[in-house]
Amino acid sequence: MSAIELRNENKKFLSGDEAVAEGVKLCRPDVIAAYPITPQTVIVEKLSEFVASKEMDCQYLHVESEHSAMAASMGASMMGSRTFTATSSQGLLYMCEMLHYVSGSRFPIVMVNANRTVAAPWNIFGDHRDSLSQRDSGWMQVYVENGQEALDMVIQSYKIAENQSVSTPIMINLDGFVLTHTYELVSIPEQNQVDEFLPPYSTTNKFDFENPKSLCFTASPEWQTEFRYQQYEAMENAKKVIQEVDKEFSQVFGRTYGGMVEEYHCSDADYILVAMGSVAGTAKIVVDKLRKQGKKVGLVKLRFYRPFPKEYFKKLGKKAKAVGVIDRDISFGYEGAVYSDVKAALFSQGADVKTINFIAGISGRDITKEFLAEMYSQLEAIGNGDKVEEIQFTGLRWK
Amino acid sequence: MVSVKNLPDKELFYGHKACQGCGAAIVARLAMKILGERTCVALPASCISSVTTIYPQMSFFVNNMTSSFPATGAVLSGMAAAVKAQGLKEVNVLGLAGDGGTIDIGIQALSGAIERGDDFLYICYDNEAYMNTGIQRSGLTPYGAWTTTTPTNNNDIGEKKFKKNLFEILIAHRIPYAATANVAYPNDLLKKLEKAKGIRGPKVLHILAPCPTGWGYKTEETIEIGRLAVQTGLWYLAEYENNEVTLNYRPKDFKPVKEYLAKQKRFRHLKDADFQVIEEHRDEEWKILERHLRKDEE
Ligand SMILES: Cc1ncc(C[n+]2csc(CCOP(=O)(O)OP(=O)(O)O)c2C)c(N)n1
Ligand code: SF4
Ligand SMILES: [Mg+2]
Repeated sequence: MSAIELRNENKKFLSGDEAVAEGVKLCRPDVIAAYPITPQTVIVEKLSEFVASKEMDCQYLHVESEHSAMAASMGASMMGSRTFTATSSQGLLYMCEMLHYVSGSRFPIVMVNANRTVAAPWNIFGDHRDSLSQRDSGWMQVYVENGQEALDMVIQSYKIAENQSVSTPIMINLDGFVLTHTYELVSIPEQNQVDEFLPPYSTTNKFDFENPKSLCFTASPEWQTEFRYQQYEAMENAKKVIQEVDKEFSQVFGRTYGGMVEEYHCSDADYILVAMGSVAGTAKIVVDKLRKQGKKVGLVKLRFYRPFPKEYFKKLGKKAKAVGVIDRDISFGYEGAVYSDVKAALFSQGADVKTINFIAGISGRDITKEFLAEMYSQLEAIGNGDKVEEIQFTGLRWK
Repeated sequence: MVSVKNLPDKELFYGHKACQGCGAAIVARLAMKILGERTCVALPASCISSVTTIYPQMSFFVNNMTSSFPATGAVLSGMAAAVKAQGLKEVNVLGLAGDGGTIDIGIQALSGAIERGDDFLYICYDNEAYMNTGIQRSGLTPYGAWTTTTPTNNNDIGEKKFKKNLFEILIAHRIPYAATANVAYPNDLLKKLEKAKGIRGPKVLHILAPCPTGWGYKTEETIEIGRLAVQTGLWYLAEYENNEVTLNYRPKDFKPVKEYLAKQKRFRHLKDADFQVIEEHRDEEWKILERHLRKDEE
């Protein structure tokens, strides 16, 4: 990167958390309510600084817990304000009750979750156990690969969530430490471009003094099904909106992420790994290396876990010989949650494809290039008819 | 000054499904009379939300929502922050919560909201148990009360702890305005509602709201029961502002607590010795209150 380019593009050397904070600033939320937890803390510290220095015109609420962070965000959202919050791990679990209140009442709150495992055993490092446990909370979930994508997804997320056909909250997942605390050059979009891309929040799902409303109410069994159907429909609508917003974003800012999934060398690939978050970056390097050796390998970076790109995997099941899914978590008593979902979609059209679940990157353990290369060779083996274990704990010490 | 004689005509709370004689419903109606149309109400899970906001019905004719049981204070903070951020004028943010939603599961969120100094009015209507879920004890259930979780079989006394003192908890926050009130003293209550409406920052009213269903008395006796609570000294009417406590009404002599307690089924099992325990505790509570009172009242 030359110095000239640096100056023109307004690039900054930022950690993932700082990139998030820059993104939030550009989106001009009216209210921020957040509670600190490692490795999210830098986000709330940065935002506090922006508010204190008046770089942001925003009400910052020092709430006394994550439950209250989400409750206060909900209170502000129902008044028609744009809101932001961030959390991680134990904090996400602590606000769990409120996640359902917010999604069920259809408030488009944007939250960043710095992925970290959950106790016990206590550990502050990253895996996806926190967010995956909230799969059915009614929130959209997107997983990003680097700081740039984190910043860009904050902007995109408001646009997706606030779309009136979606009106559903969204959780942006950022791998703890590997992304939150790792520095990289991040291009900061121009404020006027963001303003144009993302107009102020406007909704009918808010209090109205001319025509008072009951929001977030009680619904009897007579009506609950209809409200759930609307949530279902909103998530289906989101699939289209996600693609459109990514396209529009690329036209304005010159960066595209592919919407629901990003494919890397998949068009002719026989052996495909599916991964979420930062590991996708390492996996791309491994794919490049193996491709040079003539191996037909590819990577699917699963970006959106909810809504889930079912249609995409249905098609993939017909093309690939073997698909491996990396889960940075496991649903004890079954298998990795992402694996279950990918598998169900792959096979839903009766495809003939072999699958393996790699349980890896637990509580911050590295998923090395060597591990990834080994995963591809396992896929090749199963593709060639060898017997291979379906659920594999990558790098396990004991067996 | 507003009183029961010149209440605004406009009804903003009606068509609800509360029991006849419900003290909480009286609180809601009077609060809405004073606060008026530009009010946003947050109700946690409780009797008052269950009898008012079941889709497609709405018994509050102002903007309203049902908050999660623990979160009322935080929801109010969020609303108040949005009012500020959007520069809205003359909007009242009101929380209306039961005793359980306030003193037990909601105390953290309420404490945080008061500490932050956000502009809201929080009303705790105190029916002295979790009524919505079928009369289970709360931290504000009085000593000796039967509830479904403090049974009185085998000569058991029922609830074995005395009521937590919410008013003192509020004073410890140095809140701009806190008061106790009672549906049986509507003019005092209305005066406090009006005063709270005029003060910026957090305000909390703790209002005794007798409950015929949970306490076991006839539905037409709500006001009488409420009065007896004050006359026996088991409830006081007081205010806190500017670091001072004012007593709004001082009974000449306390009536025997038995006159209040024996009227309610939940205390039916109590004996004279129990009444004595309760009176001793009452006297202790008053001593603590007297220490808070302004000098010129002593
Ligand atoms: C987190 C949570 N725990 C428990 C409940 C069940 N619950 C709903 S209302 C209620 C009791 C409410 O008591 P109180 O606040 O005194 O109001 P009241 O019903 O007496 O009016 C309980 C325990 C709940 N809704 N949420
Ligand atoms: S149970 Fe008590 S508080 Fe609840 S509606 Fe009936 S009278 Fe009111
Ligand atoms: Mg109660």
